[in-house]
Amino acid sequence: MLQSVSDFLVITKRQLLQMIRIPEVLIFATIQPAMFVLLFRYVFGGAIDSGVEGGYVQLLMPGIFVQTVAFTLAATAVGLAADMQKGLIDRFRSLPISRSAVVIGRTVGDTLQNVVTLIVMGLVGFLVGWRPSSGPIKIFLGFLFLLAFGYSMSWIGVIIGLSVREERVAQNLVFMTVFPLTFLSNAFAPTTGMPKILQYFAEWNPVSTMVAACRELFGTENVFGATANSWPSQNPILMSLIYMFLLVAIFAPISVRKYVKVSK
Amino acid sequence: MKSIIAHELVKTYDKGAVKALDGLSLEVEEGTVLGLLGPNGAGKTTSVRVLATLLTPDSGSATVAGIDVLKHPDEVRKVIGLSGQYAALDETLTGWDNLTMFGRLYHLNSSGAKKRAEELLEKFSLTDAARRPIRTYSGGMRRRLDLAASLIVKPKVLFLDEPTTGLDPRGRMEMWDVIDELVKGGVTLLLTTQYLEEADHLADSIAVIDTGKVIARGTADELKNQVGSERLEITVEVEQITEATKLVEQVSGVTPSVDLGIRKISAPVSNGSASLIQVLRLLDEAKIHPLDIGLKRPSLDDVFISLTGHVAEVVVEPEVGGKNAAKRK
Ligand SMILES: Nc1ncnc2c1ncn2[C@@H]1O[C@H](COP(=O)(O)OP(=O)(O)OP(=O)(O)O)[C@@H](O)[C@H]1O
Ligand SMILES: [Mg+2]
Repeated sequence: MLQSVSDFLVITKRQLLQMIRIPEVLIFATIQPAMFVLLFRYVFGGAIDSGVEGGYVQLLMPGIFVQTVAFTLAATAVGLAADMQKGLIDRFRSLPISRSAVVIGRTVGDTLQNVVTLIVMGLVGFLVGWRPSSGPIKIFLGFLFLLAFGYSMSWIGVIIGLSVREERVAQNLVFMTVFPLTFLSNAFAPTTGMPKILQYFAEWNPVSTMVAACRELFGTENVFGATANSWPSQNPILMSLIYMFLLVAIFAPISVRKYVKVSK
Repeated sequence: MKSIIAHELVKTYDKGAVKALDGLSLEVEEGTVLGLLGPNGAGKTTSVRVLATLLTPDSGSATVAGIDVLKHPDEVRKVIGLSGQYAALDETLTGWDNLTMFGRLYHLNSSGAKKRAEELLEKFSLTDAARRPIRTYSGGMRRRLDLAASLIVKPKVLFLDEPTTGLDPRGRMEMWDVIDELVKGGVTLLLTTQYLEEADHLADSIAVIDTGKVIARGTADELKNQVGSERLEITVEVEQITEATKLVEQVSGVTPSVDLGIRKISAPVSNGSASLIQVLRLLDEAKIHPLDIGLKRPSLDDVFISLTGHVAEVVVEPEVGGKNAAKRK
């Protein structure tokens, strides 16, 4: 047991080392969401009538946070696909380490990367007017929630990364799935404008429940949310927790099994 | 004791359309080196991957160091080292980072991993490059570091998949030296190669594989005798062919084959260089000046033609260097 913990920590440490050796990666991974904050804040911010105190940016920040952590699965998928291609996964598999070490190490590493990204985004958000009003404990819980969501999404990335043969395929696959998810949600605009059927989808969409949960935790009324009175929009925090639990409970075992069997 | 036993391994791909392994069996005595020799697509990498627990065969069984590969892969991983066909390293990290990481994954403690990394870098003359990212390494340096990584805990059984492919002659010699030294240290080694010469130099015994099966086995000499011995080849002016043919026959004791088109006379000879000298002397006395003369040693290509009746998919001439260099203008 102790051994497996130290195994996955070595893999996580490898990722932190990569960040130190090529800091550009982390810098760009951080600049991109920071840019999103600025673009959305100033491009849409003027056009969308938010109707909440403090303006659109209060609603926007939880949306962008969730979108960013949802994309953790991209980092995971691309990172693992690259390791597969280079034969590193094979080498790891030939070592006497626990079966889950490499994939746990990877998901934890990607989550640590999110810590840096979220801090930078939070600061940029603060500079452009984001003022969470719920007090330090809830704000902290909000960020913890985001990290947990990113972590659970990361497991989907493991499966994608171990399934495709090419980094680029992994990247495309991720963009094709995550972008629609984040836009068919309450992250950036109210869902009321959508056709009825999409509204239902949007309300059950884990991105929406996450955004709603974060808005609650950061102390902003979720005016983009509940249109139909569905259960998830009524209980976003609980629903998000259920989603996270399901993601990990379903995808983690599949991932580990896949890792054990995977061959280039 | 047998350190590696593979029994009737079968591995198919694409729903049986591709037979990567087709009933492959082999055995390696403890402390010896087996050269797995075969052309592209023969199943070398697949064999290594099965034995190194990376791939589950469709059927068949295998043991490594007495441990069942299919039943107890975790135990096997503790005693093997593997260096695959392509260097498998973290390109963004330095050589030092890579080795210490692998050391930790072999469950050395922090200072143990560092100490071992230092030793290995020294041993493989990579100390100067230790703090540089792998992506700045040359092919040979990568290969050496990859090998180093598979030696972190002294493995009982080592698998090297084409350890010298892509290296220049000097790099190949250096690699051979390193491998020689390992073998002296008592490791059991399974090495794949496309070069007969390499198998000849490094291996105690050789298994030739093609289309997923072992088609011949033996020591290098046994195989070469199976293939046929060295051939003496002479090219002369057209008008001298008849006379030269007689002289070659006199030395070789068999009727030489003559290709009039390229004016080449060739015949198998048993004691190569002595025959060469003898023929040269006779030719000189007869005032025949050959345009080209040389000894041709059996190549992998010859092995394949003689063993399988077909030409290897990709013909790889072994680099025989000095050994067939008795050519002159
Ligand atoms: N994942 C795979 N899917 C389909 N076919 C495969 C796969 N892996 C190997 N093969 C096939 O199995 C056969 C044996 O491949 P293998 O890699 O073992 O050959 P090799 O002897 O190592 O060749 P090389 O000298 O080119 O490395 C080849 O015909 C190859 O195309
Ligand atoms: Mg191969």
